[in-house]
Amino acid sequence: MSGARLGPTARGKRSGIRPFHSSWQAKLLAIVVAAYAVYALGQLEFSAERFVKGLDNGARFLARMFPPSYRNGDQIVTGFVESMQIAVLATFFGVMLSLPIAVLGARNLMPAWATWPARLIVTLCRAFNPVIVAIVFIKAVGFGALAGVLALIVASVGFVGKLFMEAIEEISMKQIEAVRATGAPFLSVVTYGVLPQVIGRLVGFCTYQLDANLRNSTMVGIVGAGGIGAALFAGFQRFEYDFVLAILITIIAVVLLGEFASNYVKRIFHV
Amino acid sequence: MAAVLNIRGLTKAYKPGMPVLKGIDLDFDERGLTAIIGSSGTGKSTLIRIINRLVNPTEGSILFKGVELSRIEGRQLREVRRRIGMVFQEYNLVERLSVMENLLTGRLGYVSALDAWRRKFPEEDVTHAYELLDIIGLSDFAHQRADSLSGGQRQRVGIARALMQRPEILLADEPTSSLDPKTSVEIMELLKSQGVTNGIPVVVNIHDVELARRFADRIVGMTGGRVVFDGPPAQLTDDHLKMIYGGEGWLQ
Repeated sequence: MSGARLGPTARGKRSGIRPFHSSWQAKLLAIVVAAYAVYALGQLEFSAERFVKGLDNGARFLARMFPPSYRNGDQIVTGFVESMQIAVLATFFGVMLSLPIAVLGARNLMPAWATWPARLIVTLCRAFNPVIVAIVFIKAVGFGALAGVLALIVASVGFVGKLFMEAIEEISMKQIEAVRATGAPFLSVVTYGVLPQVIGRLVGFCTYQLDANLRNSTMVGIVGAGGIGAALFAGFQRFEYDFVLAILITIIAVVLLGEFASNYVKRIFHV
Repeated sequence: MAAVLNIRGLTKAYKPGMPVLKGIDLDFDERGLTAIIGSSGTGKSTLIRIINRLVNPTEGSILFKGVELSRIEGRQLREVRRRIGMVFQEYNLVERLSVMENLLTGRLGYVSALDAWRRKFPEEDVTHAYELLDIIGLSDFAHQRADSLSGGQRQRVGIARALMQRPEILLADEPTSSLDPKTSVEIMELLKSQGVTNGIPVVVNIHDVELARRFADRIVGMTGGRVVFDGPPAQLTDDHLKMIYGGEGWLQ
């Protein structure tokens, strides 16, 4: 009964207080973003007419792609074998480099003098698209697969290094504390306290990165860093669109295969 | 009896000017189970963590078998930690490692990082581990992952891990707080008997006054960062408990 008497009083006191508060800053931000989108559309001279014309071109281009042609099948095979090698090598060395960098960069394990340089390396590795990095390496070591491998190692360190660093920062410090309390040296704290807590996610990151490197390795070839990309680019330039489609279909098949392979690897490691 | 651990004027302030421990003096002999009681936030946990330097002291001295360990770092600190076993409230086992691997973690201070990584431990360590598994009644669990065990089983593994170090003192920070009453008694029995068997002192932080009375040879009562009672359980009166915990309603 007393509750019924208290009810209106309590409600009366709270009138004017809204349970969900939206700030004016958030509203302002939304308006600014919308306004800029409209402005940018005008600047780039997009028009419905141009878009329709473009669709028309696209249709003709697609028509010339069919049926896909495998007349240069051996070119596709050698290109893909090289792409695959680039991807696997880059993933392997990229992950090997990422492990120590991530441990050094984890703020829950290391003091600031170690985390800053490690984080800087990872950020620099992520700063540029692999294609730009590949161009730099082509200038340094010449055309070919080596430039592709180096470019994708950089990309892998940027990606796996960052994710792995974050995974290490989320581990339970209680388990670390217990390993430390036994008088274990730092490296043993890492192998017995840190790695068991992140190994599952690390396997996930590696398979994902292998997948990404497989796709990226087809791309770095376009600028001359080896792999199937070179054949793809040549096909475009010679207007052999049916050959291009054959390559594109093969890329899709290989990426799908990579997906199955990574699922299989994850099952082996129970993650 | 020779003293194993002498604590003098120990002060800890996490924030300057707000000390959690205000000048603790305590001595621990070669044997016996000491229970440290006191309400939450009174610095029991800080005190026990300072002994193996999981927490650094602000002031004071900690003499462990002649080694002053309040200021040592690096290799020296690791060598002292090897000799101090620690049991945690939430067991702190490495969840994804097997029971055997968790036990051998207790030997990490003695094997090189490379050998540890390759799981190459001396034969006697592995034998010791199986002996301890036998003692804690988990012989069949050696290859199970730690996260598949129950709370009581985990805590027994935690104790075995500490004993793997062949420690010269055993510290336990609220080892029974996450366990049911029956399991709590079993854990206290294990701590007590292992202290006696190995001839080492056992220091236990504990909330449960009855458990403390039942198993301790000595009770240390703390309140507000100071020791206000230090003596055998028989001398611990209700007046002492009022002083340690404040109020008296909870005593009835």
